[in-house]
Amino acid sequence: MKILTGNDLKSGAVVWWDGQGWSTHITEAVDAGENADSIIATEDAARRVNAAYAIDAEQTEDGPRPAHIKDRVRALGPTIRPDLAVPAADKMGWDWVI
Amino acid sequence: MADRNPVDLGTGRDDVQLRFRSDEQAGIAAVTVDSFLDQPDAEAVRIEPGDNALDLLPHLSRLRLVEVNFPAFTDGRGYSSARTLREHGYTGELRAVGDVLVDQLRFMRRCGFDAFAPDAPINEADAAAALERFDHVYQPAADEAVPIWTLRHG
Amino acid sequence: MYQYDQYDQAMVDARVEEFRDQCRRRLEGTLTEDQFKPLRLQNGLYLQLHAYMLRVAIPYGTLSGKQMHALADIADKYDRGYGHFTTRQNIQYNWIKLEDCGDILADLAKVEMHAIQTSGNCIRNISSDQYAGAAADELVDPRPYAELLRQWSSFHPEFAHLPRKFKICVIASEKDRAAMRLHDIGINIVKNAEGTLGVAFYVGGGMGRTPMIAPLIREFVPLDQMVTYSEACLRVYNRHGRRDNKYKARIKILVHEMGAEEYTRQVEEEFAHLLEQDIEPPIAELDRIRSYFQPPEFATGLAEKADRSDPDFALWIDRNCSPHKVPGYVSAAISLKPVGGIPGDASAQQMHLMAELAKDYSFDECRVTHAQNIILPHVEVGRLYELWEKLDEAGLGTANLDQVGDIIACPGLDYCSLANARSIPVSQKISERFAANGKGELLGELKLKISGCINACGHHHAGHIGILGVDRKGVENYQLLLGGSEAEDVSLAKITGPGFNEDGIVDAVETVADLYLERREDGERFLDTYRRLGMDTFKEALYG
Repeated sequence: MKILTGNDLKSGAVVWWDGQGWSTHITEAVDAGENADSIIATEDAARRVNAAYAIDAEQTEDGPRPAHIKDRVRALGPTIRPDLAVPAADKMGWDWVI
Repeated sequence: MADRNPVDLGTGRDDVQLRFRSDEQAGIAAVTVDSFLDQPDAEAVRIEPGDNALDLLPHLSRLRLVEVNFPAFTDGRGYSSARTLREHGYTGELRAVGDVLVDQLRFMRRCGFDAFAPDAPINEADAAAALERFDHVYQPAADEAVPIWTLRHG
Repeated sequence: MYQYDQYDQAMVDARVEEFRDQCRRRLEGTLTEDQFKPLRLQNGLYLQLHAYMLRVAIPYGTLSGKQMHALADIADKYDRGYGHFTTRQNIQYNWIKLEDCGDILADLAKVEMHAIQTSGNCIRNISSDQYAGAAADELVDPRPYAELLRQWSSFHPEFAHLPRKFKICVIASEKDRAAMRLHDIGINIVKNAEGTLGVAFYVGGGMGRTPMIAPLIREFVPLDQMVTYSEACLRVYNRHGRRDNKYKARIKILVHEMGAEEYTRQVEEEFAHLLEQDIEPPIAELDRIRSYFQPPEFATGLAEKADRSDPDFALWIDRNCSPHKVPGYVSAAISLKPVGGIPGDASAQQMHLMAELAKDYSFDECRVTHAQNIILPHVEVGRLYELWEKLDEAGLGTANLDQVGDIIACPGLDYCSLANARSIPVSQKISERFAANGKGELLGELKLKISGCINACGHHHAGHIGILGVDRKGVENYQLLLGGSEAEDVSLAKITGPGFNEDGIVDAVETVADLYLERREDGERFLDTYRRLGMDTFKEALYG
């Protein structure tokens, strides 16, 4: 699947496209399919997201799992600061990241 | 800062939106550096980022207009070209053209540019604010601004 | 310490308003991200892996207690209660909101600080020797020269869109504690044969994907021509530095491709021209700046020896304290590298404590080092024990300066969008391993430096042992390098061979450390043994 991620323009928070808007939880990310480019263009122009891009991910029981470790780190937070993990995403645990 | 008030603000011909000179605009077309060097009667030249302004130094006396092109505002070679020409005595119009944006205007003015022909029009209120925001400069450049270190020591 | 006058203050205040306005236009949509990015970068604001990151300038690494308190307050008020001290002697915050930036800059301006030119393709914060003004071996305090260059380079209209970033370092001793020759310009304050102070210029050093040691291009520039010469160096670079490939755009590539001789010739030509332009600050300005760096009122007749009966304290003195030019004083290093900790990170609480200790023990001054530690430059030997007790209680008393546990590590893939691999967990595992097996005690000086990508923010090329994180088919992999040094015996480390996984690299470091312990001769550091034995011996131990 293709999911979309970027940062919230004002807060900088990592966000994921949930079909309607941008969620801070990767578990809510949806397959953007063919529409990735047009969603990014529209959302970027409307300043609802900054520096958005599409990534490959795999649908798992826990939700989408990005193909690249960089995006998994983005989804959960720095692996060396579990106290700063993104709430509600941290149930996946650090094994999910590495 | 010297000469803050644009002359002919937004009304210049040939796409010049901002001009800080009181003389008439030269109605001549700029040619490439190579052509300029080949044409002994050429009076206007356009410097591209890869051109070396030093090549023009023997010909400053016949120059009435120098355009410096900024295909991308992040390519800063034009700033050195401008200052080099001013330091060697060029006093004619020095026009920045291309990807010229409001947030670069102040530094361009400091390097000696006195006319601007941006690809996209610059918001003139923003331009005025940008040019007036800093009262001082730390270092000398091609403008009249007196550096702070000179102010400190009279 | 340098103090702003009305002009300096007006400049940073105007910058706050300028950046507020630029943020406003970005949020309103009149600036695109492409247009905004170079502007925010020149104000130290990155978009990193998790959020915006703000890098605050700490000119030549010097901070007052009040400034350190302010940095702690920013960590608490706008970030998540901590900050990260960097290899460029700056501090960065990892969780900044764009909408808070104007207020943060305003808070910084109140304590004479800013984030100007801490990123972007411009002249960055000027770095220097962390023991400046204290070191027993320095010729003069290098910081007045660094401050003069700070002013000259701030808002320099010609050099805001250079081919690439530009880093300048100023030192004033034969010993190089600031990696001077791995900078775009390394400046060494020297005396000529007549005993006159002047400046030696080394140009075209750097790490990154093509590490280079800067060649000497001018042995002696008179002090009252230093700014003019710098301007000439920059102008030739701005004119000819490559812009077709960002990986070949640093000045080191220009100097290398053009040849140091031809580069120097062009600089000298430009210098001769610029001398006629009269751009040099009046010498009175250097005198004015120097007056802020006068030595504090040191006491005399102080005890020169500490009571070493507490062995932990004695070890800390031996490892973390450096000789001072005034009898009865030392410079004391606060290690930000506790065993298993995150190199360079400090909590707001720790920053507040260091600020208080700077006030109480070090004439209200502290320094940030390129090795990501904090120095209290002027501490009475007789008060070291109480200082150490306070540090130790706060987890800041680790006795490991320049030891295997004192690891330089970039933020790596835990924070950085450029990284290929994580650096911090590797550094944690290594420091834990050498603490647990007791070998750390035996190794002596061993500088270990880890970067999470080829950009080399963790200085891996300059490590006695360097580690470079790479991406091997989506999996983190680590290459081992040996033989680098950032000091006066500068050299570039070489890759040993095939890389290792995370646990494998920890084992590999232990293997080369073991070889050193086995083969070292009297007084040899790891680096010396490596240089004597050569790479092949170490390869043999690693790969059999």
